[in-house]
Amino acid sequence: MSKVAVLSGGLSLEREISLRSGQRVAGALEDSGYDVARLDLDEHLVRSLSERQFDSAFICLHGQAGEDGTIQGLLDLIALPYTGPSAATSALAWDKAVAKSLWASSNLATPPWVVLSASAVRDMGAADALDRVVERLGLPLMVKPSQGGAALGVKRVSEARALPGALMSAFSYHDVAIIERHIEGTEVAVTVLDDEVLPAVEISPHEGVYDYTARYTHGATAFHVPARLDTATTEAVDKAARHAVSTLGGTSLVRADLIVDAQGTPWVLELDTSPGMTETSLVPMAAEATGMSFAALCDRLVQRALR
Amino acid sequence: MSEVRVDPNLARYASRASALRASEIRALFSVASRPEVVSLAGGMPDTAALDLDAVGSMLQTLMAEDGARALQYGGGQGDPELREQLCEVMAAEGIEARADDLVVTTGGQQALDLLAKMLCDPGDTVVAEGPSYVGALGAFQSYEAQVVHVPMDAEGMDPGQLEDVLAQLHREGRAPKMLYTVPSHQNPAGVSLSLERREQVIALAQRWDVLVVEDNPYGLLDFKGEHHPPLYTLDPTRVVYVGTLSKLFSPGIRVGWVMAPGALRDKLVQLKESADLCQSNLTQALAARWLRDQSWHDQIDRFRELYRNRCRALTDALAAEMPPGCDWSQPTGGLFVWARVPEGIDTGELLAKALTARVAYVPGRAFYADGSGARELRLNFSFCDEDRLREGVQRLAGVVTEELELRAAFGSQLGEDER
Repeated sequence: MSKVAVLSGGLSLEREISLRSGQRVAGALEDSGYDVARLDLDEHLVRSLSERQFDSAFICLHGQAGEDGTIQGLLDLIALPYTGPSAATSALAWDKAVAKSLWASSNLATPPWVVLSASAVRDMGAADALDRVVERLGLPLMVKPSQGGAALGVKRVSEARALPGALMSAFSYHDVAIIERHIEGTEVAVTVLDDEVLPAVEISPHEGVYDYTARYTHGATAFHVPARLDTATTEAVDKAARHAVSTLGGTSLVRADLIVDAQGTPWVLELDTSPGMTETSLVPMAAEATGMSFAALCDRLVQRALR
Repeated sequence: MSEVRVDPNLARYASRASALRASEIRALFSVASRPEVVSLAGGMPDTAALDLDAVGSMLQTLMAEDGARALQYGGGQGDPELREQLCEVMAAEGIEARADDLVVTTGGQQALDLLAKMLCDPGDTVVAEGPSYVGALGAFQSYEAQVVHVPMDAEGMDPGQLEDVLAQLHREGRAPKMLYTVPSHQNPAGVSLSLERREQVIALAQRWDVLVVEDNPYGLLDFKGEHHPPLYTLDPTRVVYVGTLSKLFSPGIRVGWVMAPGALRDKLVQLKESADLCQSNLTQALAARWLRDQSWHDQIDRFRELYRNRCRALTDALAAEMPPGCDWSQPTGGLFVWARVPEGIDTGELLAKALTARVAYVPGRAFYADGSGARELRLNFSFCDEDRLREGVQRLAGVVTEELELRAAFGSQLGEDER
């Protein structure tokens, strides 16, 4: 029987979601006949992974150590196959400022943005340049921590005077913030599974913003799979998602978040290299729409890691 | 249709349940339970300071002597012997209680839930201190009651403000269903209602004909072993008293109680029975034996001394480490310090940064039903040892200092959009 270590928890701010993902994945893998152990991140992790003779690791870690390439690099080092993209792809996708630069230089549409660090504000008087940010990007804006997920620390800014406060919120989560032009349109999440693009999930939060509450409160958001887009737009979205993933070298399973504007142009916002696997998560929804059960999805990811 | 129904029961929820939301802050607390994080967030007594061997042998004797009964159902009002013992606990604060007036509940929390269930229809008004115990707010809100706060200062709830609130509610035709208060070593504010104010509060309750719910988990945890008379003693016909063994013995046994006169008690017994039939006989028997056979007064003295020292360690560290512009309560008992950071800092938003620096606290907004408390935070001193407390404060001070520097760099730009 193949032994799988399901990694979840950790010290990241997304620990709670990670534990939920881990529990669901572990249950599904057990149902499929795997010998499953759930591991949290602690100082014994490497020893546990080495001594207990696992065949693979299923990464359900969200946030810093799980998505920035740290755990992937460590697993490479101890030669334990793992689910999800490589350490390098994870590292590139984890930092939104890095990922957006790479996409922009490969002519992929991503909303115009400005990067601002807490140290630039503190030590270089960057606050004096905020009016230029608004001049350049217009309003409304989205302000988010450059690193981090689950919409933590993300704020929509519709008036210039709210920008400093939104930056302070983002800086609570990470020292670097990105300020992005807010694109009005349809929010979609596209799962790229190896060479396959799964049907886009359309996200319509009932209260306007797809924030933490809208993500994890059952029923607070309406989801449509496949997204209600015409054929040409669907193709453009799929193409953009593929492009976004391939630019960062991504394979295995990645979720791309995009906004489709009124003209049908898809704008890439970010990639999630360890997407949520909870009951309200988007990737399992997309898989389900193709007839792939959650158990089958987890099984496929493990089998791929083992190849 | 391509719509995915994440929750097929969505249309079935009662309004009190559909109002429940996933909370970012609640999720963040998941990290606080990790050993790397100094958690000043919880409200846990230090159960390691109990004589666990003695509790162990008590359990063994209990099983040998009375096991079949302890593992059986019990009556809805609670074990008569335990109720007698609980009267002794209240006697330590000067209350003359009759065991027959008590209903044993699953912690003080269930007493609050049953009281809200008994008294509050949707839209009804409850008056409570601001800030107030978060669990009470949750119980009131789950019965869709509206909470109106009365501000506090170093002597507890301000009677002048209470009068204003009661008068205003009267003008609006909103007779409050109860005045909920934690008069001694209040959670979270860490202050006690002075004797003079106790009399004023009761006089106001009489004048405006308001039922008072006195929640008293910490009365015996005064650092000097002193206490003010419970509100109950000032007007036993008007005050419903809620007690608990959670902070005196163990929160794990879930033994609390509510003392209410006549008709209220009868309804509470019926509500208790429909909620969970009866309190666990096992933990009731354990509690009764602990109160009967152990020198529980001495144990409370040990807790008092332990918490006094820890409180001093925490407040000394705050004085040494926190940047100017912060202030905090000077508790004389209980488990909590209530602190305030400089204008503009939002402790809810700061929590992420604090957790990254590996210290946790509870943001102030949790303790208000009206969204205030952004600058405030609650710090617990009963659970961590003194070194951990100092370490926690050092981390917290670092985070607040950094936040202030950053805010200063934004200058007047930040003031413009402040709430």
